[in-house]
Amino acid sequence: MVECGRHLNIELLTLSEIDTISGQPGNFLVTLRQHPRYVDMDKCIACGLCSQKCPRKVPDEYQMGVGTRKAIYISYNQTVPLKYVIDKDHCIYFQKGKCKACEKFCPTGAINFDEPEEVRTVNVGSVILAPGYKPFDPTGFDIYNYEQLPDVVTGLEYERLLSASGPFQGHLVQPSTGREPKKIAWIQCVGSRNKACGNGYCSTVCCMYAVKQSLVTAEHLHGDDIQQTIFYMDLRAHNKEFERYYNDAMAKGVRFIRSRPHSVDPGEKNIGARIYYVTEDGQQVREDFDLVVLSVGLEAPADALELAAKFGLKLDQYRFADTSSFAPVLTQREGVYVCGAFSGPKSIPRSVTDASAAATAAAKNLVTARGTLTKEKTYPPERDVSGEEPRVGVFVCSCGINIANTVNVPEVVDYAKTLPYVQYVENNLFSCSTDTQVLMAEKIKEHNLNRIVVAACTPRTHEALFADTLREAGLNGYLLEMANIRNQNSWVHQQSPEAATAKAKDQVRMAVAKALRDFPLQRLSVAVSQRALVIGGGLAGMTAALDLADRNYETVLVEKSDKLGGNAWFLNKTWKGEDIRTNLQVLIAKVENHPKIKVLKQAEVKSVSGSVGNFQSDIIVAGRTETVSYGIAVLAIGAEEYKPNEYLYGQDARIKTHLEFDAELRERSAQVAKAGSAVFIQCVGSREPERMYCSRVCCTHSVHSAIKLKELNPDMQVFILYRDIRTYGKREDLYTKARELGVLFIRYDLENKPKVRKEGDNLLVEVVDPIVQMPVTIPADYLVLASAIVPRQHEQLMELYKYNVNTDGFINEAHPKLRPVDSLVDGLFLAGLCHHPKPINESVSQAMAAVSRAGVILAKERMSLDAIKSYPTEKCDGCALCVDVCPYMAIKVEEYRDNGQVHRRIVTDKALCKGCGLCAATCPKDGVEVHGFTMEQLQAQVDAVVAGFAQAGA
Amino acid sequence: MSAQFEPVILGFLCNWCAYAGSDLAGVSRLQYPPNMRVIRTMCSGMVHPRLVVDALERGLDGVIVMG
Repeated sequence: MVECGRHLNIELLTLSEIDTISGQPGNFLVTLRQHPRYVDMDKCIACGLCSQKCPRKVPDEYQMGVGTRKAIYISYNQTVPLKYVIDKDHCIYFQKGKCKACEKFCPTGAINFDEPEEVRTVNVGSVILAPGYKPFDPTGFDIYNYEQLPDVVTGLEYERLLSASGPFQGHLVQPSTGREPKKIAWIQCVGSRNKACGNGYCSTVCCMYAVKQSLVTAEHLHGDDIQQTIFYMDLRAHNKEFERYYNDAMAKGVRFIRSRPHSVDPGEKNIGARIYYVTEDGQQVREDFDLVVLSVGLEAPADALELAAKFGLKLDQYRFADTSSFAPVLTQREGVYVCGAFSGPKSIPRSVTDASAAATAAAKNLVTARGTLTKEKTYPPERDVSGEEPRVGVFVCSCGINIANTVNVPEVVDYAKTLPYVQYVENNLFSCSTDTQVLMAEKIKEHNLNRIVVAACTPRTHEALFADTLREAGLNGYLLEMANIRNQNSWVHQQSPEAATAKAKDQVRMAVAKALRDFPLQRLSVAVSQRALVIGGGLAGMTAALDLADRNYETVLVEKSDKLGGNAWFLNKTWKGEDIRTNLQVLIAKVENHPKIKVLKQAEVKSVSGSVGNFQSDIIVAGRTETVSYGIAVLAIGAEEYKPNEYLYGQDARIKTHLEFDAELRERSAQVAKAGSAVFIQCVGSREPERMYCSRVCCTHSVHSAIKLKELNPDMQVFILYRDIRTYGKREDLYTKARELGVLFIRYDLENKPKVRKEGDNLLVEVVDPIVQMPVTIPADYLVLASAIVPRQHEQLMELYKYNVNTDGFINEAHPKLRPVDSLVDGLFLAGLCHHPKPINESVSQAMAAVSRAGVILAKERMSLDAIKSYPTEKCDGCALCVDVCPYMAIKVEEYRDNGQVHRRIVTDKALCKGCGLCAATCPKDGVEVHGFTMEQLQAQVDAVVAGFAQAGA
Repeated sequence: MSAQFEPVILGFLCNWCAYAGSDLAGVSRLQYPPNMRVIRTMCSGMVHPRLVVDALERGLDGVIVMG
């Protein structure tokens, strides 16, 4: 969020709504209505005084109404942009004409009650719609008694109760009593999978957020007598690593009860709540809980219809944007794209993936304009300070009263003047304000300063700003140190001004000590090979290659077999009914005929050298070797169907896997229609100890096939033997349809798996029906095994690129939520089944997202690297202890000759190094250091602390 | 040790997590005793054991490495 707010090429328009849109892709005119903030964004420094002084309290929507905020406020502490806003509907001045307390106390004069509403028109090439979702509101559904009972909360409210920034500072309490709850229940599918409330779909994320909350709850409560209970219908843990997480929750004692409670009544004396439910074997149960969490689902945003009308979009029956499996972010209007929960409920990684995919789609309309409107800054030439004695300038910020109210700033200023090499000290009201920046640059020049210390807020938000000021004054930006006397001092020691002042002096002394040892550092830049390599010619790989090529990057597509298309050739239809082969053929033709794509079939990557921006590989193509250089690679090596070793698979032609049965339906549907019965067994090879993951697509596939069978022959007996039906999202409609068509679903447990046997020519499946608790035997004309999706053999590739995989062999992403298509190796991206089992729309979205992420590197001819990197010193003797600890594999050992003798030393790869310094801490002889954080600098800071301690003790 | 014992604690905080957390404590105005002095590092793994031992040997009361 902060990055987005600070980006030079992103203009944030908050409080804005779209009025109209006209024009074509590449040239839209969008009219926006920007509501007034009543606070000048350039002047507001977010000191919070206005809010402190504002007399009007308003229920806080961010805390779900549990706490209060003021009429001038920020939603939460990390708000971007971090600027206050006046809530006109609650402001006393706007309502009654008097007050203006905020204006009186604002130290920068930022309040403007006369700010008008603004209408502006922007000219854009593409539009991305990401309006999000609306949480289901259980008000009015009397079975939950949500309005009447204080101890019944929604999942989002519970999230606030758990949060350290929540209304109770993360101390979990029962709202009615303020005491710690002991027994907590979660009720799943509130507002989901329920035709009665109009939401027939599954909200996808609630099962796992409830499991997460149940585990986090344990961290917030004391005692051994806490108990978490989750009431669910099917536990849907279909994302990567979720099955293990679910099993972990069971192992830790979270109680899972398969039941949908029918009533929630007040508990005794109106404290807590009483839940009535029926167990799977038919018993009526009444149980009391201290707190009940309603796992509310996700609905389309309130303004979905209005947005759809403005943009000419098609919505589905639930008012989510309707998109196709092969173009999951495209809408009916060319040039307008969607992402996130607007096109259906989805988890964070899928939303993030969609967002990058939408960026790729949107960029297509902008290819000709790429780089034309981007902003870049220029600076005066850098002054050479190498021969100069240090001349330190110290700027101590008051931050209005944020620092000055607690820390005695004049005392700190006087103290700074006594420190060695300090030539100039001044106090600023706001060091970060634009006018102070100009003055600071002037002082640097006037006093010929060559090291700067800013004692103010945190370098994490402001170092870049001050470094920029140094550069504008002709100094290297790395000759700067910050002393964090606000976030880590005045704000957290408000009751101890004297100690805070002493600490501020120490902080300044430490910063000066380090600054004396700062040297100019240069950001390296390396030339980027603006070409891409895509490994794997399946649906994901081809989509990635096509999108890369459409963005004008030369792309090499490497396919192991002699045919493009991969697994998609074996599938018939998507769950939405789109024909897969037709779409596949169109895609293959586009890829093979694209002038920017070079397709290498029967090809394998044999070697990899270089790093992000500059990779080289030898590729063996049908016996010959081709060398390619490229800036990034996309891994889309797919996965394959698990061949079962149970249920008599391989011993009878009537027993088939999913893909085999798809072929049967494709080629011999007339014969299939004659069958009297068909049985599907789910989770074959999945969700078992040796493969503890859900293969994600099989439930939907079986249900879809079962519907197909019922359509071919309504009299056919179709059974699906399952553990949990995981038809997530809008796929739930298929599950409902299958039941309506008479498909019979029988649940089984892992401890009690179905048994398949042959009696003469008859194929019989026996399963224990959990409702009648008796075994039933079903004769099967077809037995379809929903077998797992397993990774391909890719050890060789893994060895070459050094990416890593999870326990199941699927390639790991850099961050499971926020960087879902980046691998842990810079410049290497993932798409499709090699990351985790997934359906077509998600593979396509991921492939497009990988292109967007790759574009960040490929778009520029040169890539700039941070200067905080490790480097060997003269003391390095090549012992290589650091080589093993480097998590980025950025260190190698080389041999060199000096006076006829062979020596060893390390070399670091600046493109790979992240400056973490594990090498420096490991080295026993100071043979490797990190720029800007050298041992000498860290030691100088330690010395500065010790000196202060000695002084205080004396 | 007197009743007013005020320890001096040296903290090495990782820029990406603990240091950021410490900043957020400030934004959230969480109050804590002013006895720690912070050295920002690019990773808690950057802290050489020698720095820790040196600080303790020279009389600091505690060292906390957070990351």
